[in-house]
Amino acid sequence: MTATYPFEAESPTGDLATVGTPAVRVDGVEKISGAAQFVDDIDFGPGLLYAAIVESPHAYARIVSIDTAEAEQASGVVRIATGKDFPYKFGMYMEDRYIFAQDYVRFVGEQVAGVIARSHREAVRAAKLIKVEYDLLTPLLDPRSAVAEGADLIHPDLAAYTHVPWFFPEADTNIAHWRRIRKGDTEQAFADADLVLEDTYEVPRYAHCAIEPHVTVSRLDPAGRLTVWTASQSPHTQRHLFAQALAPLGFTHKDVRVITPYVGGGFGGKAGVSMEILGAAMATLVKGRPVKLRWTREQEFYNTYQRQGVVAELKVGVMNDGTITAVEHKLYWDAGAYVEYGANVVNAAGLSATGPYRVPNITNDSLCVYTNLPPGGPYRGFGYSEFHFGLESHMDRIAEAIGMDPVKFRKKNAIVEGDELAYGAHMNPSGLHEAIDKTAAAIGWGIEERSDNPNTVIGKGIALFWKAPAMPPNASSASFLKFNEDGSVNIAVSGMELGQGYLTVMAQIASEVLSVPVDKIRVETPDTDRNPYEWQTVASHVTWSSGLAVEKAALEARSKIFDVIHQVYGFEDDSLYLEDEAVRCKTDPSFSKPLRDFVIDGIQTDDGTWRGGPIVASGKFMPEFTNANSDPATGQGGHPNVHYTVGATGVVLEIDKATGRIWVRKAALAVDAGRAINPDLVKGQITGGLVQGLATVLFEDMRFDEGGRMMNPTFTDYKIPTAFDIPDEIIPIIVEVPQPDGPFGARGVGEHTMIAAAPVIANAVYHALGVRITSMPITQEKVAMSYLATTMSEGNQEE
Amino acid sequence: MDLNFTVNGETWALDVAPADVLLDVLREKAAVKSPKIGCERGDCGSCTIIMDGRTVRSCLVLAVEADGHEITTVEGLSFDGLSRLQGLFLSNNSFQCGFCAPGIVLAATELLERKPNPSRHDVQEALAGNLCRCTGYEPIIEAVLAAGAGGDQ
Ligand code: FES
Ligand code: FES
Repeated sequence: MTATYPFEAESPTGDLATVGTPAVRVDGVEKISGAAQFVDDIDFGPGLLYAAIVESPHAYARIVSIDTAEAEQASGVVRIATGKDFPYKFGMYMEDRYIFAQDYVRFVGEQVAGVIARSHREAVRAAKLIKVEYDLLTPLLDPRSAVAEGADLIHPDLAAYTHVPWFFPEADTNIAHWRRIRKGDTEQAFADADLVLEDTYEVPRYAHCAIEPHVTVSRLDPAGRLTVWTASQSPHTQRHLFAQALAPLGFTHKDVRVITPYVGGGFGGKAGVSMEILGAAMATLVKGRPVKLRWTREQEFYNTYQRQGVVAELKVGVMNDGTITAVEHKLYWDAGAYVEYGANVVNAAGLSATGPYRVPNITNDSLCVYTNLPPGGPYRGFGYSEFHFGLESHMDRIAEAIGMDPVKFRKKNAIVEGDELAYGAHMNPSGLHEAIDKTAAAIGWGIEERSDNPNTVIGKGIALFWKAPAMPPNASSASFLKFNEDGSVNIAVSGMELGQGYLTVMAQIASEVLSVPVDKIRVETPDTDRNPYEWQTVASHVTWSSGLAVEKAALEARSKIFDVIHQVYGFEDDSLYLEDEAVRCKTDPSFSKPLRDFVIDGIQTDDGTWRGGPIVASGKFMPEFTNANSDPATGQGGHPNVHYTVGATGVVLEIDKATGRIWVRKAALAVDAGRAINPDLVKGQITGGLVQGLATVLFEDMRFDEGGRMMNPTFTDYKIPTAFDIPDEIIPIIVEVPQPDGPFGARGVGEHTMIAAAPVIANAVYHALGVRITSMPITQEKVAMSYLATTMSEGNQEE
Repeated sequence: MDLNFTVNGETWALDVAPADVLLDVLREKAAVKSPKIGCERGDCGSCTIIMDGRTVRSCLVLAVEADGHEITTVEGLSFDGLSRLQGLFLSNNSFQCGFCAPGIVLAATELLERKPNPSRHDVQEALAGNLCRCTGYEPIIEAVLAAGAGGDQ
């Protein structure tokens, strides 16, 4: 399929000058010189106050009383806040959360009260003096017991909660949302299948572990404006939720300003609104004084969004020739105490739980189950990493059961452009087959490798992935663009630079259209007073969506530039083009008018008057082909997703048979970026995402005790990769089958790179040892024990 | 208590409390913001500074212990333009969010001073105490190796 772009290359040859080049990141020098400013680095002067939060030590309890008397007298204390001060609900997709707990606490860590004091130390000390009496209830910690008949209701008022129209809560249960897909006749297909394989896979909770903790500073100025500096992926969404939740205090959107400097890693953990609302609300109690609230590393683990756990019951039917005929995927999500954001993870997974395969008969049930664990929420991969573990493990097992090579089996069923998706819409162009071939070649698929060490064995694995941005159907982006006297450009956008290179990519897109070099384009992090709207920097959608908004602003600026030239020199607009920061003319090769000569001051005409003036432009993008109006019973009829990004991951690993120790010798990952606006940045996503994904399967693991308390909330006990814990070799592979509606054909890749990391390890472990592990993580102990068990049972059979 | 020390060549005379942590004092009273607060218990390395030529986690050091010592942060490295290593970090797209960068730049700088031509294992060892969640370390390691191979630190 030939892609059609709203934009064609400027140069007469049609070659792109900036897009597709590894331009050095625009925030690079700031970051390696120590100049980059994060929220915690901003000085607020001697008036700065500090907040500390009193958290529930119980997973489920009724609050009987809160006694703040002693704390109020403590040194340095300025003000104390409790649920009485803010009896307001908030939530991203479902309003099920209060700013401070009201009558009940539903997870260990839930905010019960807050102290504002003159120093951090005093705030923490006073918080310990607040006495809260609780009436303890029995917590529900497992999604399957929470859906069992007669289970206690964690949210008895669920049916009355406000939520987006595409959620379907089940009244009088703990099921906050149930996404159903019914397509074809799954029962019949299983009956007709040559082979049906069924199993259950378990995935625990995970922590984002951005190195920068959540931090926010809020100030209500004497004139009544609330400004919040925050480490956030979502400045406009935060402003919207603050304004909504605090509306009873008289705030409107205009009164709230959110400023987001550089963010020290997000991975979904800084999307939406979590602890920030505490700071924003508490600042309203101490007018004129900025209030800082910073999470400790421990709070970072147990009191921000966590990646939800899932129990996946999977059943797949297949014919002997390798054709998949039916998939039944039942996902029980441990969504935690509040699902205001997490329920959309559940929704996204339910829509796409077939994986990147052509499947005629589908039954998907994705259940968002309340539990008394910390609120689940967005984490890079948004539900897809979780269900791909079981799905892609299962695909290998089916291939083996019918005696087919796993790569061949996948290629036979891999989805292609035009195939019908689970909900009835059709698949976008994709380079999935190319990604599979290149990944397989990179790891020498099919070539047996033997270890020289008698104690170790080598295994290879492959797994596919896909993911669509999960967002409201009308999630949009906008941009402003202005020229400066010297022909340089400022762009204002509200996507967030999280490290992925967003600012650089926006500069490259504008550079391509305007022929202004990247280093003459300044793109800054957002301020909701000045920068135009962006929904959020999540879902791997900003390269695509915000990129389109920037492209449109640049095109508008270009046409205004041509207009001035036309007025003064009479050339027709369509004869003009931009090259090397000047306007050129196809019909008059001698004409060249440098941009810096007129983009602010205009051009003087023969009679001494001027034409033109400052060139400013704006652009916006909203997908106008999506809708979420599907039938709740079948999921059919809507067009909830804009497009899918696909790819494949392969590994070669070596395992010590006795200890179970795994070394990843080689890892290859091919992703279809549509068009890599900046290949170096895409490779950065591949390397970083793959290592993050490998950690989830090899050693990361959140543990909770029977009381629902996280047992390992430190980097000592919840280990994330160090420089030693990476593959010996990583092979990033970029596939480019253009996205017809993307900027220069681009689509997002940020999350996708971690999605298949877990199953690819499971498959390679099986290949090496013949041991199939169906629960994450696949730790050294688990591998060693499982292998020992198989060798012992083989030994027994021989006797 | 009196604290007299040098930060990036500038001498400071400060009044600090006995329990004040060096990381907080540097950030709040000595005008450097590049050492970051990541865990406050020695696990992440984002608070790394160089004290008398050796990298130290400033969250584990009391401010008074720095009395009479000489401290370098990444701001100090960058006064006269970027170092060769910093240039390689830039061209290798070594960092993403950049939160870990000040600590890692210092850890790698110290390594190269100690061992101008380090092996991959040396680099991994020198950086093992500095967590980076974004990059997967590979582009960082490659830049440090390239800086070593070129000599001329
Ligand atoms: S803040 Fe010092 S090691 Fe983490
Ligand atoms: S670049 Fe983000 S933590 Fe290292």
